[in-house]
Amino acid sequence: MMVPLSYNTRNLLVRKTTTLMTASGIALSVAILVASLALVEGLSTVFANTANPLQLLVLRKGGDSELGSTVSTEDFEILRSVSGIANDQAGQPLASQELVNVANLPSSDNPKGMNVTVRGLSPVGIEMRNVHLLAGCWFQAGKREVVVGKAVSQRYPSARIGNHIRFGKGDWEITGVMDGGQSALNSEIWGDFNQISGDYNRQDSSSSVLLRATDPVSLDALKHSVEDDPRLNASAMTERDYYQKQTASGAPLEFLGILVSVIMAIGSGFATANIMYAAVVRRGKEIGTLKTLGFSEGSILLSFLSESVLLSGLAGALGCVIALPLNWVTTGVGSTTSFSEIAFRFHVDAAALLAGLIFAVVLGAAGGALPARAAARKEILNALREA
Amino acid sequence: MASIAVSICLVGLLFALTRALFFGGDSTPGQAKRVVVHHKVALTQDLPVGYERTIQEIPGVRAVTSLRWFGGTYKDPGNPKNRFAQFAIEPKTLFGVHTEYQISQAEKDQFVAQKTACVASRTLAEKLGWKPGERITLVGGMLPATLELTLAGIYDPHNDTSSVLYFNRDYLRDSLPAGDPRRDMAQQFYVEAEVKDAVSDIAQRIDDAFAESPYPTKSEPERAFMLSFVSFLGNLKLFLSAICGAVTFTLLLITTNMLSMSVLERTREVGILKTLGFSDSEILGMVVAEAAVIALLGGLVGCALAAGLSAALASAMRSVPGFISVASGLALSPLVAVLTLSLAILIGFVSSIAPGVYAARTSIAQALQYNG
Repeated sequence: MMVPLSYNTRNLLVRKTTTLMTASGIALSVAILVASLALVEGLSTVFANTANPLQLLVLRKGGDSELGSTVSTEDFEILRSVSGIANDQAGQPLASQELVNVANLPSSDNPKGMNVTVRGLSPVGIEMRNVHLLAGCWFQAGKREVVVGKAVSQRYPSARIGNHIRFGKGDWEITGVMDGGQSALNSEIWGDFNQISGDYNRQDSSSSVLLRATDPVSLDALKHSVEDDPRLNASAMTERDYYQKQTASGAPLEFLGILVSVIMAIGSGFATANIMYAAVVRRGKEIGTLKTLGFSEGSILLSFLSESVLLSGLAGALGCVIALPLNWVTTGVGSTTSFSEIAFRFHVDAAALLAGLIFAVVLGAAGGALPARAAARKEILNALREA
Repeated sequence: MASIAVSICLVGLLFALTRALFFGGDSTPGQAKRVVVHHKVALTQDLPVGYERTIQEIPGVRAVTSLRWFGGTYKDPGNPKNRFAQFAIEPKTLFGVHTEYQISQAEKDQFVAQKTACVASRTLAEKLGWKPGERITLVGGMLPATLELTLAGIYDPHNDTSSVLYFNRDYLRDSLPAGDPRRDMAQQFYVEAEVKDAVSDIAQRIDDAFAESPYPTKSEPERAFMLSFVSFLGNLKLFLSAICGAVTFTLLLITTNMLSMSVLERTREVGILKTLGFSDSEILGMVVAEAAVIALLGGLVGCALAAGLSAALASAMRSVPGFISVASGLALSPLVAVLTLSLAILIGFVSSIAPGVYAARTSIAQALQYNG
């Protein structure tokens, strides 16, 4: 026979101060765990949104970042004519030659300045991406004009329309703000390809070439024909793979968060064990009575264990609630691939919440196991005689 | 007490991390005299190699070398083992700037004499099984050049396990196509000062010298430069202080909880003590003292755990480029230990007040009747 669960809920309610204190400890460790998971989830959402599943990024052979890659204009002309590339309405191939570098802008978080990705591209490059202007107008070819991403305009006070920012060989006027949804493009500054490559001494070469395949089947064929072309010394990867890899930028923060929540959980585990031991001692008489009534050792063990799991489970739910508002928090993290800051929003998803709850339940079970065993093992006579 | 020890261990570790990240920790003796000069706008922007002469003439400068990140690939770049940092430098001054690098005179001479020679850090050479004489081919990525290098020697950097290869900048220059504007450009200059105290003064003088040129510079002590990579991790300061706050709060809850329970369990004993004539304030004092002792013991165990943990974390970080300087600053220094212990004792005091006052206020009759 089972000891009714209401016996445990009542016990927790009677000692509400101790219950609340222990629960808060567990709730905070769960909140930190959920926050760490939400950070990584938020980052990968941003990178997943940046990639177009049909697009292929061409870098020099063996290259793994746009920043450290060179593709010459000659190679670009060859790439444009490879078969399998989609055309735009005007019949021009969707192939974009781009130059990537970084500029340093002071932000509100970082007065010393953070790196922001600067991308030089031509109108076809804009067409290939899912961006639209929020305000102002696009940069014009041949002018020292740039358009900044939404996140850049929010995070860097100097990045306002009409302002000038300094990178490369001089000043650039900001003419517009663009929005690429929840994507890494919002953390970039865009300008005319020829203007920007001239500023970085990169005439006749670019960092990368972006190609759009006509359909998913030809994507693979396109990748192979680029990599196997003896005239080119290039590797091609899908945009999706390229951006997915960058999610690793959040790894140090995730590691730290998980380390801290695990250590905190050990501390809270001891605290849970502590209060459960006290409960067992205090309720010696009750345990004796339960045994006299015929409850088995197993059901008493289960009763105390479920009390501690109930406590930690509730605390876990509380921790999840504490972490939820993070969904509205935007922060930035440096990407080791683009060597610049990517703004993203925390994303507390169901998986993170579930992980938090499971974590709490495991913690409660671990902390409650020994005290529950002690309760189950009590001799009836001794238990009844206890003060 | 175990829960206090674990939590205090965490607090100690976080304090040590905060110190290493934001208060610089300590410069290694090698770093203390070094200044890094880079372009004011971004690290990836080039500076003319000719700056080297101007910097050399600044009083107090002992040695200077330009540096360019090559970023080429070695064998199969898909294998992470084959990835390492490659820098083009001036062989004559490299070891004058990095005085902490240990290398034999014969190897050093060969590095200077042979244009295609290179040197590798001990970690890198061991990782790839290189012996002096090894032929190393690097294929350029950003720079259109293929370098065929010969390993002249292996140097021992002090307490640094990163994988680095240095080669002659003249060789890179000659390998680049004739019209390439980057032939005469460098990315950074490493400057060794005569004395430690002159470092910030020299940095200022260098920046002043180039302030009006088309390529303005930013010079900073090497440690500060290394730590600027940390800002890359995101808003770590906020993250760490949030966690520190949460941990301290939890710790307070746990300790108060534990103490109230231990006082409650001994209510009857408190009654007996009072019957024997102990005053209310003496009872309060006893509870507080007990808490302080528990907190101190927990704190000591926690500090010991934290010292071990930060040492482990530091050695793990040391092989990650960019984190080397964080790793060298990550240790439970006496100051951090004292801070952590004081926090433990403070928490002991604060959490003992409520149970202590409760014990002191309970009347004898109530206390003796209590059966918990």
